Amino acid sequence: MGPSEPPVVETRDLEKIYRMGDVEVRALRGVSLTIAGGDFVAVMGASGSGKSTFMNLVGCLDRPTRGNYLLNGRDVGKLSRDQLARVRGRQIGFVFQGFNLLPRTNALENVELPLLYQGIASRDRHRRAAEALERVGLGDRLDHTPAQLSGGQQQRVAIARALVNKPTLLLADEPTGNLDSRTSVEVMGIFQELNEQGLTVLLVTHESDIAEHARRLVTFKDGLLLSDVSPSRRRLAREELRERSA
Amino acid sequence: MSFVASLRTALRALRKNKLRSLLAMLGIVIAVAAVMATVSIGQGAQAKVAQQMESLGANLLMVLPGSIAMHGVATGSGATQNLTRDDATAIERELSTSVAAVAPINRTGAQVVYGDQNWFTQVQGSTAAYLQVRNWPLAQGEAFGREEDASAAKVCLLGKTVVDKLFVPGAPVLGEQIRVKHVPCKVVGILATKGQSFGGQDQDDVIVMPWSTVVRRLIGSQADTVGQMMISARSSDQVSDAEREITSLLRQRHRLSELAEPDFQIRNLAEMQDAAKQSTETIATLLEAVAAISLIVGGIGIANVMLVSVTERTREIGIRMAVGGRSRDILFQFLTEAVLLATVGGGIGLELGIGVSKWMAARGDWPTLLSPPVMFGTMLAAGFAGVVAGFYPALRASRLDPIDALRFE
Repeated sequence: MGPSEPPVVETRDLEKIYRMGDVEVRALRGVSLTIAGGDFVAVMGASGSGKSTFMNLVGCLDRPTRGNYLLNGRDVGKLSRDQLARVRGRQIGFVFQGFNLLPRTNALENVELPLLYQGIASRDRHRRAAEALERVGLGDRLDHTPAQLSGGQQQRVAIARALVNKPTLLLADEPTGNLDSRTSVEVMGIFQELNEQGLTVLLVTHESDIAEHARRLVTFKDGLLLSDVSPSRRRLAREELRERSA
Repeated sequence: MSFVASLRTALRALRKNKLRSLLAMLGIVIAVAAVMATVSIGQGAQAKVAQQMESLGANLLMVLPGSIAMHGVATGSGATQNLTRDDATAIERELSTSVAAVAPINRTGAQVVYGDQNWFTQVQGSTAAYLQVRNWPLAQGEAFGREEDASAAKVCLLGKTVVDKLFVPGAPVLGEQIRVKHVPCKVVGILATKGQSFGGQDQDDVIVMPWSTVVRRLIGSQADTVGQMMISARSSDQVSDAEREITSLLRQRHRLSELAEPDFQIRNLAEMQDAAKQSTETIATLLEAVAAISLIVGGIGIANVMLVSVTERTREIGIRMAVGGRSRDILFQFLTEAVLLATVGGGIGLELGIGVSKWMAARGDWPTLLSPPVMFGTMLAAGFAGVVAGFYPALRASRLDPIDALRFE
């Protein structure tokens, strides 16, 4: 990433107000945050702190009430629903807590899904989806359905799906919430590996030991940014796994 | 998303829920089968009625002796004997512009004997015009002419049933002598098979002989009275003209005053034909209405299943939106599923309907009429029902908020 490249994520005084009947809920009250290309940011905070709202806005799933959001230098805050869908399909990869794979659909087809909406021909789809699954170590499970895979494997399929459209930003929302501690570390290992290869990662979690795998820790409270620090001692999944097996 | 890709996606989604898809289709299957079957049964029945009417004769008018009142007591139709050969000749001669042929008919029952076989049948005494007005060709031999009628020749034409009853299969029939009552007759021709009449009578159980042979020799009457006349008009347009002209000619010949009731009656078979056709058309219309209603019900079935499906797959919709599916992609996906359900159901229904109508046609002994426009139209209607039924559920799916959809449990 050269210095002339715009940051991947840049928010300026981002506000989000939900209206529930007569009550206004100010979920975000002016958040300014910049994430440069190649960064690995963990967003932390209690429930109701605004971190999920922030994640939805950054993921182009929702539009801010006020403020600007520039994704790769482009203001996406005012785009239409369909334009946002296009941005999601081409620039963002999602990984969710509940994996969110299509049931009774094999791994390959699940990973192909984002490519389907980009109108890519079926042979290319197969090749790219197989490559993405290869990358997360599931090259031999292409025809397995989610029910035939373990939680960790399902999350790897979800990661492959997030990678297949070559996004500039990977968003992971509580990706380890449904996993045991060892598998959690393995998944964080994949994120760290991808990040080392240059992918920008934004991770939302409430577990501090998971957050410590990131390069940067951002904490939310009551809709505002509370702190933005580097972890005192960054965890490296590779080493943790080595210690565990030792 | 490309059309092929969304078609494949829809197919996959439907295959995952085979039983539900099948049940959703069922309404359309039944509807389309009903449309196919009713339309082709209706058309087949119409064709059969037309065929039966045709077998009576072309552009036919029947003249029957009428009722006369004697001292205030009506005799009922056919009780008088006031139609004569001369009336028939006069109609033929004077009304030749509208009338093609006139066949005076007297009939009697008779025992017929050949060798050691015998049979009781109907004998029609008429002229050569009989075969013309009844539109009845000969299968073998030749018809009798004027001379045979004038000389009361002992000749006869046999119906197929009579041939079967009297002769062993394959034996020579033409030229053989049979006995009709006590009169030996030479078989000069065999009538083509006509089958059942509209009333279910076997029209082939008949012998046709010259009028004078039947009246003078079999009945033994010297009178010139005619039991009835069958008259064929020159064309279907001229049937009512002929009817009017015959009425006035007969009134004149029978010296009836302007006010007197006619002592004969004319039946217009074209009118009967129209009435029969109209009633079959009414039935066909009713059946089509029922079919259309079942198509609507079938569509509602699909709409119902699609609505359930959208709710159940809310999360899937959320995932699809998150990875780049636009509203119109989602709309199109669910619409494709609905249309696919409807057209696959329509296809199955089409097969079923064709099967049913063939079966019914075989049972009812009428032609199977399967018109491609009807098939095409029915499939189109089924597809349209799918679009209509699928549109609202698909619209609901496409308007979901991706965040809510992803969180849906």
